[in-house]
Amino acid sequence: MSVLTREEAQGLIQRVLEVYPEEARAERSQHLMVSDPATEQGSSCITSNRKSLPGVMTARGCAYAGSKGVVWGPIKDMIHLSHGPVGCGQYSRAGRRNYYVGYTGVNTFGTMNFTSDFQEKDIVFGGDKKLAKILEEVETLFPLSKGISVQSECPVGLIGDDIEAVARKGTEKIGKPVVPVRCEGFRGVSQSLGHHIANDTIRDHLLDSGLDDGFVSSPYDVAIIGDYNIGGDAWSSRILLEEMGLRVVAQWSGDGTLAEIKRTPKVKINLLHCYRSMNYISRHMEAKYGIPWMEYNFFGPTKIAASLRAIAEHFDDKIKEGAEKVIAKYQPMVEAINAKYIPRLQGKRVMLYVGGLRPRHVVGAYEDLGMEVVGTGYEFGHNDDYDRTTKELGNTTLIYDDVSEFELEQFVSRIKPDLIGAGIKEKYVYQKMGIPFRQMHSWDYSGPYHGYDGYAIFARDIDMTVNNPCWKKMKAPWKS
Amino acid sequence: MALRQCAIYGKGGIGKSTTTQNMVAGLAEAGNKVMIVGCDPKADSTRLILHSKAQNTIMQMAADAGSVEDLELEDVLKKGYGGIKCVESGGPEPGVGCAGRGVITAINFLEEEGAYEEDLDFVFYDVLGDVVCGGFAMPIRQNKAQEIYIVVSGEMMAMYAANNICKGIVKYASSGSVRLAGLICNSRNTDREDELIEALAAKLGTQMIHFIPRDNVVQRAEIRRMTVIEYDPKSKQADQYRDLSRKIRDNKNMVVPTPLTMDELEGLMMEFGMLEEEDETIIGRTAAQEGVAAFA
Repeated sequence: MSVLTREEAQGLIQRVLEVYPEEARAERSQHLMVSDPATEQGSSCITSNRKSLPGVMTARGCAYAGSKGVVWGPIKDMIHLSHGPVGCGQYSRAGRRNYYVGYTGVNTFGTMNFTSDFQEKDIVFGGDKKLAKILEEVETLFPLSKGISVQSECPVGLIGDDIEAVARKGTEKIGKPVVPVRCEGFRGVSQSLGHHIANDTIRDHLLDSGLDDGFVSSPYDVAIIGDYNIGGDAWSSRILLEEMGLRVVAQWSGDGTLAEIKRTPKVKINLLHCYRSMNYISRHMEAKYGIPWMEYNFFGPTKIAASLRAIAEHFDDKIKEGAEKVIAKYQPMVEAINAKYIPRLQGKRVMLYVGGLRPRHVVGAYEDLGMEVVGTGYEFGHNDDYDRTTKELGNTTLIYDDVSEFELEQFVSRIKPDLIGAGIKEKYVYQKMGIPFRQMHSWDYSGPYHGYDGYAIFARDIDMTVNNPCWKKMKAPWKS
Repeated sequence: MALRQCAIYGKGGIGKSTTTQNMVAGLAEAGNKVMIVGCDPKADSTRLILHSKAQNTIMQMAADAGSVEDLELEDVLKKGYGGIKCVESGGPEPGVGCAGRGVITAINFLEEEGAYEEDLDFVFYDVLGDVVCGGFAMPIRQNKAQEIYIVVSGEMMAMYAANNICKGIVKYASSGSVRLAGLICNSRNTDREDELIEALAAKLGTQMIHFIPRDNVVQRAEIRRMTVIEYDPKSKQADQYRDLSRKIRDNKNMVVPTPLTMDELEGLMMEFGMLEEEDETIIGRTAAQEGVAAFA
């Protein structure tokens, strides 16, 4: 099926590496590999979570992006203050499409930008006084907000502001949690450290500081962890869990609330979708509150059915039967989707380059449509992500960690896939090369892609991208 | 005469501000047009010229007004004794914010507002003792101060600091035209102080441009928020500062310094009896181990 044999794929990697100076070549060679499903530990063949080399044009983000943009930002009834100069907050505002219900500006604040808008004087004299004032102003203007997180931008760490002390006083003054988050962008090698820092601050300031004692739990309570409700993903996941008889009492953090977070340690099991960004808090709840956690995958009917059954295994027969009923209920829909789209997509080859989960999690959905993933890679995955990746892939799939613009272009030029799924930084480069492209971070302003409903939209989107007539018109008419 | 910009560095508490203001008073008395730019959040670089406690600083006024863009030059520039123009960059209280950024902002403001374009012979930057970050090196970056004077005394830590400052000058000398112009010895009455500083200057490749003896008239003048030249123009100490200002005016000795290694510096101090030869057998031994504990 694959165009490349194992030797050819390895040869391609070697040729791409040739342009680098010796030191860079040695470093980058550790981040590129050809998958071997026989290898139990993909991580033994690849190095990840290392600092990007200067000049390679990495697509990575920063710790602030990981904390404010990913983990904290979607908690809809808290205000997330971008503390520092205006740009970080403004240019990331509402960019991740975390859908939520509520009255924006009244009881929910997801698409608004709150920033301390640092000026020269705030750098020179420090931003603590301004921060204290902002906390009070926020409380006055938005009294229905449930708390405030202070998301540090780079300068806050450089000038040594004591945001912890300001947050402590602010908590007393407004009587709501004010959480200082030290996610200065220069920390760590990618957004991944920001996820970890955000998890740790949620742990310290929202969970371990006192739970929701009034919450009455049921034997079927679960929490969705690591679903950011991009284009409504968590909603199309939640209904499946509810239809099988479970009660979803918390969403972390897409369309989530502070109250949901506070009651999570009372659930029976935490269901973890994005392992990379929220395994930390799942492990913590297991260690401290004895809540088990399991990973699941709601991309594509094969993985959905397997996940529903695996989730049901943790519950009684009623839930197990419920899972089977759900699978059976959606089976005709799946068959209709497959009947419509597989003939149009069969055998098409896909290359992926996404963040920390989707490079492996969406593989099954493409395969359900008869497609094949011939290359995949993470912007900020760790060893444990690569361990989970190789088993999802066929032989000779290229795997690239923190791939540089140059490397990806070279791989694409040689492999000539029928579709690339990556982010906005890659999109226009490949569309101009005449290769169909879908954004796999934002679903290209579509979605949801999770669950059975999401699969229908995913299949439609992939078809209209791959089989779009525009790709046949890439050659100028005056050129033969 | 082309504008000469000079920066004064040296260990904290060595007397940079006092020496600078007294010397500048000498230059002004001789008819030179001078500006002092204080680059220290303490803002005590101009008090003897202005007879004031502490001048309103650029950064404080900018914070009060909203931003630096809201300030005018005449808001921050004050004239004092002998027509000397005075500005203070200002900055935060100890322990908060970024004083270095304050210096950068203030100097950029002065440049943009044309503070240097008027009829001036000298600008002196009086910089906080330790060059702790890039902000305090601002005065010696390109197109700013080209001459650096280091105030030093015969005390060990003052000499360490002088040597460290020279390392910084080497860095900026390679990317610009800043040069070391000499050491000013502000005497603490240590033994053979003049010889020691002359020897240090020689090793650094520069000169001891002047030796200022210790004299209580400096303190008497300071209490009155005045320079010696203004307070007691006939005193011997006033003549010392006049000498220094004349030497600086005529100075042509600009070098890229050759900082000493730690061993060389300690060797020099041993030569002058400030340091004993190191006895390595005593390193890490407590009083008890050495049998000299108080109640042994």
